[in-house]
Amino acid sequence: MTAAIEMVDVIDEPQVIEGRSPFALALRRLRKDKVAMISLAVIVLIVLMAIFAPVFAAVTGHPPNEQYRDIGLTPDGLPRGPNGTFWLGTDDLGRDILVRIAYGARISLLVGVIATVITVVIGVVLGLAAGFLGGITDTLLARLIDVVLSVPFLLVAIALVSVTGPSLTVTVLVIGCFSWASVARIVRGQVLSLREREFVEAARSLGAGDSRIMFVDILPNVIAPVIVYTTLLIPVVIVTQATLSFLGLGLPPPTADWGGMISESQNYYTTAWWFILFPGLALLITTLAFNLFGDGVRDAFDPRADRT
Amino acid sequence: MNEVLLKVDDVRKEFPTSSKEVVQAVAGVSLEVRKGETLGLVGETGCGKSSLARCMAHLYDVTSGSVWFEGRDITKLSRKAMRPLRRDVQVIFQDPYGSLNPRRRVGSIIGDPFSIHNIASGNERKKKVQELMELVGLNPEHYNRFPAEFSGGQRQRIGVARALALRPKLVICDEPVSALDVSIQAQIINLLSDLQQEFDLTYVFISHDLSVVRHVSDRIAVMYLGKIVELAPTGELFGQTRHPYTRALLSALPVADPDTADSREQIILGGDIPSATNPPAGCRFHTRCPKARLDCAAEEPVLEPVLDDRPEHRTACFYPLTVGEDLSTAVPDLRAS
Amino acid sequence: MAMFLIRRLGHGILVLWLISIAVFALFFVAPSNVAQTLAGRQATPETIALIKHRLGLDLPVWKQYLDFLGNAVRGNLGYDYYHQVPVTHIIGQALPITVSLALGAAVLWLALGIFNGVISATHPRSLADRGLTLFSLFFYSFPSFLLGLLLLYFLYFRLTLSGFSWFPAGGYSPITGGIGPWFQHLLLPWVALALLLAATYTRLTRGSMLDVLGEDYIRTARSKGIRESRVVVRHGLRSALTPVVTQFGIDLGQLIGGVVVIETVFSLPGLGQTAVVAINQQDLPVIIGIVLFASAAVVVANLLVDIAYAVLDPRVRLH
Repeated sequence: MTAAIEMVDVIDEPQVIEGRSPFALALRRLRKDKVAMISLAVIVLIVLMAIFAPVFAAVTGHPPNEQYRDIGLTPDGLPRGPNGTFWLGTDDLGRDILVRIAYGARISLLVGVIATVITVVIGVVLGLAAGFLGGITDTLLARLIDVVLSVPFLLVAIALVSVTGPSLTVTVLVIGCFSWASVARIVRGQVLSLREREFVEAARSLGAGDSRIMFVDILPNVIAPVIVYTTLLIPVVIVTQATLSFLGLGLPPPTADWGGMISESQNYYTTAWWFILFPGLALLITTLAFNLFGDGVRDAFDPRADRT
Repeated sequence: MNEVLLKVDDVRKEFPTSSKEVVQAVAGVSLEVRKGETLGLVGETGCGKSSLARCMAHLYDVTSGSVWFEGRDITKLSRKAMRPLRRDVQVIFQDPYGSLNPRRRVGSIIGDPFSIHNIASGNERKKKVQELMELVGLNPEHYNRFPAEFSGGQRQRIGVARALALRPKLVICDEPVSALDVSIQAQIINLLSDLQQEFDLTYVFISHDLSVVRHVSDRIAVMYLGKIVELAPTGELFGQTRHPYTRALLSALPVADPDTADSREQIILGGDIPSATNPPAGCRFHTRCPKARLDCAAEEPVLEPVLDDRPEHRTACFYPLTVGEDLSTAVPDLRAS
Repeated sequence: MAMFLIRRLGHGILVLWLISIAVFALFFVAPSNVAQTLAGRQATPETIALIKHRLGLDLPVWKQYLDFLGNAVRGNLGYDYYHQVPVTHIIGQALPITVSLALGAAVLWLALGIFNGVISATHPRSLADRGLTLFSLFFYSFPSFLLGLLLLYFLYFRLTLSGFSWFPAGGYSPITGGIGPWFQHLLLPWVALALLLAATYTRLTRGSMLDVLGEDYIRTARSKGIRESRVVVRHGLRSALTPVVTQFGIDLGQLIGGVVVIETVFSLPGLGQTAVVAINQQDLPVIIGIVLFASAAVVVANLLVDIAYAVLDPRVRLH
């Protein structure tokens, strides 16, 4: 139905930025950030390494868990350093470190991404509910968040994993069960101030229910800090998983995993520097890349952070 | 006379504060809104008009009293029961910057009523939204833009489009032009009145600016500190002002002709607006009223026709003004006689 | 103010109580064969049952919990399963080590972090600033166990090989045995912890200083002709340090449980390592005792931070 009324003249008042969503703007800023882009490239390389781990095994001819006691170890039974056959050397059981690093990337990335995603989803939903619904829901959830944040994570994680036995699922669950609280707390804080805004009142006046307002109106306003937090959470999760693994609570042997490899290398650091160095480097580079990228993401969403 | 669309029946709205005190935002208001009219609601900041508006739209729960819409008491309705009624009662908010979600696209914002009430989706919704945009004077191709990309006046148009999406019966306009530049105000007011004619809308038009309210309203209610002090058809309010407060408001209006301006009485009210947590006893205006007498401090006046006024014209005052009375020379006298 | 304190205190106690329930419940879900281990391989079922009874393990869980709670509020955290040593004693022995570690590292990381942060903030975008930022980020990304091991490798192993046995391979020497050895054994762990944590403080100080240095009152101070170094330290740093103090309180509280890795790598028998050993042995009272103690540390630290905030900012008290 076209309007039969007279068109009111619309004086063209000065426009603000043309047609760009805040995300598009952030993306543009991110693309210009050289450090962030280089880190992203490194991350992509690591992901590729993880995906194509079997290629590493094929090219070198050494499967990750295969022990080469004859050619891989010295006559004294010690690991061999980097040479023509084993480009990054062997570990204490004569296994190819290069191939194990490639396979180890799978574990780190898998846990890093999955645990982070679970954490963030739970944290956002609970944070939204606590902040928006208020009342008894908020009281209960806020207390829960306090409890979770007060508990010494590493100690309890160790205890839990030692009780249930190490496995990928357990590691992911344990990390997820503790990390969601920080996300929830941040989201809750944001929601508390957002819910007084007039557009929330407007949504109510239109007849919108609680869930709709939470997910359609409030969520887009908290998503930016959530994204930043997520990218910065991934490296923390990766290091946590490696730490658990180092303490003997990672995956059961013989699975290749960076933390576990470093743990195994402890007894050999005087005799086989490559055993600790290469997995260590892999872990360090991965974490550094994610951290630098995360920093870039944060700056992209909030350029004020990089002041002069 | 048209049927009554919305009836406010002795509504009170109180807000608790951090100390033991209570803010009496709305302190017993009764009025009616008739189908097809524009009822103006005017008063200074803090007089409770916004709170009253929200009570009318059931965005606040009233502390006591009732609001009847088309014969139903909406204050008793649960949120769920209220939902279908929300299609009939809509609100246009004051702040064009705050009332639109900055992170959502305009098309989505205007389309909200359609999705909330499951009326249209997908392309059909888009079409309806674009029709609405054209209706209020926006370019339908800006469907995917964000509110930040529009000026204040345009954003208010977006708010209007959103309110009108489901062809409501009653639209409560809470200071719709107060945040806009004067040159834009006229455009929006014209838009609102065109739309009223087109769609047979009923408006409650709230503002602190009496000159704006005069332009659009059929009847006007003047509010002070949570109570209605005078309620009359527009012409009578200006021509036969009864309440001293109304007269004071009128005297502050700018007048184009400098000669007439000089000869007009200037009524400057003394003192500040009293606190809403501890309103004055008796008539709430007596502390600033040029004509106050002792009994004004003792008893609250009732809103009813005074002197020889028609039933349409009601005033809450023990000493209402006569036509031609010069208030600028009046002196309050609160001594016992 | 008093109301505020009481409320926060009550809140803290509530949290601790909830943690005690959660921890207790969690550990009792676990299959435990402590009695079996204690009794030895050849033990008869009767002996095992007797040991179970002695340890109170045959009582229903809720009864065990109530007994535990009753004792705990009186300061008795139970006895370890294997040697019947009071848990409080075990904690008391391990605590000084963890505290020495934490406090020594704290001095280092605060000094390092704040100093670097100030330098960065006063020379923004310079080479020093960029360098320090990268340096901070580098160590922030370092897994703690890796840093510990590398420090051991380079500063213990390689150095000792070259003839400088400055650092030991690990272990702890109590301060009563002489400050020298105490210091020597703790230096590497301190450095490891400090490098890891200084990064956060550098960035925090930098950001906070940048905010403060842009304020009007700083401009006033400068225009009065006050020496720049004085402006920065006396006027700027004082206000900029508030978020740093907050963060410090939180970190210190969490450190009790967080030093597990460093203690393990450097063989320091502090709370962390004791807990890990207890976990391996399923020595429940010790585990629960240490976890509760560490949680209490966090709660107390948060409380102190809240109090500090309330003292500094009166608006907070009105809530």
